[in-house]
Amino acid sequence: MASDVASPEVRVEDRLFQNRYLVDVGRPHIKVREHAQPSKELLALTRICPAKCYALNDSGQVEVTPDGCMECGTCRVIAEAQGDIEWSYPRGGYGVLFKFG
Amino acid sequence: MIDETFDAIVVGAGPAGNACAYTMASRGLKVLQLERGEYPGSKNVQGAILYADALEKVIPDFREDAPLERHVIEQRMWMMNDRSVSGMQYRSDDFNEERPNRYTIIRAQFDKWFSKRVQAAGALVICETTVTELVRNTQTGRVIGVRTDRAGGFIKADVVVLAEGVNGLLGERAGLRTPHKANHLALAVKEMHFLPRDTLEARFNLQGDEGVVIEAAGTITRGMTGTAFVYTNKESLSVGIGCLISDFKETGETPYGLLEGFRKHPAVAPLLAESDVKEYAAHMIPEGGYNAIPQLYGDGWLVVGDAGQFVNAVHREGSNLAMTTGRIAGEVIHQIKARRDPLDAENLSLYAQKLEKSFVMKDLKKYRNLPRALHNKHLFTTYPNLISQALQTWFRVDGVEKKQKENEIVKSFFRTRKFTGLASDVWSIARGWR
Repeated sequence: MASDVASPEVRVEDRLFQNRYLVDVGRPHIKVREHAQPSKELLALTRICPAKCYALNDSGQVEVTPDGCMECGTCRVIAEAQGDIEWSYPRGGYGVLFKFG
Repeated sequence: MIDETFDAIVVGAGPAGNACAYTMASRGLKVLQLERGEYPGSKNVQGAILYADALEKVIPDFREDAPLERHVIEQRMWMMNDRSVSGMQYRSDDFNEERPNRYTIIRAQFDKWFSKRVQAAGALVICETTVTELVRNTQTGRVIGVRTDRAGGFIKADVVVLAEGVNGLLGERAGLRTPHKANHLALAVKEMHFLPRDTLEARFNLQGDEGVVIEAAGTITRGMTGTAFVYTNKESLSVGIGCLISDFKETGETPYGLLEGFRKHPAVAPLLAESDVKEYAAHMIPEGGYNAIPQLYGDGWLVVGDAGQFVNAVHREGSNLAMTTGRIAGEVIHQIKARRDPLDAENLSLYAQKLEKSFVMKDLKKYRNLPRALHNKHLFTTYPNLISQALQTWFRVDGVEKKQKENEIVKSFFRTRKFTGLASDVWSIARGWR
């Protein structure tokens, strides 16, 4: 009903640009299990992740790029139990660094 | 890494962990607190409202140097449909008191201040350190310490306090509690909108450090169970929206799409006009209430704050429950240590007993059935629209006689939701409230 109020393509990247991160290069704290067809949970992550870390690649699999992750854990709640993803906290000091929180 | 045994290790430096570490350290216990962020607060997100009472019971003189934004003198409760707002407003000069009851705060700053007090009380606080595992005695299963991502072996303690927050991995992975369910958690997103101080005060009708909080519900969450908010800080507005994760999953709505819709609502947009957005944050909120509270203690461990689902969703209280559970846990640990008894499950059960007698459990118990009653899409779509139509019919002066307007309004409710629907909505909320 209210969907006409919001533009369909909200630029999350522009929002994340305001945030501070210390990316632990080469050590992503989230991994997606290899799959041919994504489960409905993995597909849901492409919509629900507030940092839009999950996206479909050209061959139809869900990939994660956790550089902009805000470590909320929502994807973990949805997709960890059945093994779709592996989730751990970044090493101490790495990841998102909220200035205000 | 550290070759000594602590009386207690506290995992996490949010309000629960800080209240607990402070309570224990100020009573002379040897406390180690571990925080994975660069500084305490750097991983934490909240609206945020600070309820003074809970903090006063830990640090009575907090007003002297805590980074407080504004004291709240006005509360607006908004019911929104796509074009309108109806609601309730309460503003009182009585809230301009010597020791105000509620403040807006900025968590990254507040948590850093709280941690300085914790350190001054004598606790050892180490940041940039992620606790990776609880170490347990292989025979008895008793928790005896923690392992971190720093080099070295494990750090020993008589008790480990899990103040690890809503997304706490340690307790879950050690099998001390089951993972939170998607319908017991909300995902909230939030932006910090900066404005010149005088602009902000003029827009919200404020003087000095007076503040306003707006809590909103309605079609802004597109049928999902959730709320939105606008809180006034000194020179910024905290603007956010959150809904149950199970609802997000079912509807495919995006959190940033919702936030965008809320920001652009005709009643909200003018409040935010020309603001400078400096941060976008996301966090989960425990919403399961009393029925979602896990096992709270065991041999050598306790859980406090969000990790224990201590949030009163109806009253938007969380950090005060975090501080209160942290304080009570600290008092109990000190009491058991003082009489030289072991920190085992039997003795730590005192923590649960004390919580039962405090407002924490009494309030959560009172609303135990409300989360289910509020999971009703009519509350967020049908009713806001009906109420908006009713008020518009009532206020518009158009030559239609008043009796006919009354009839139209009453009919609109019965036509839309039928008698049985209305009765069941009223009944389930009344029962949940009792």
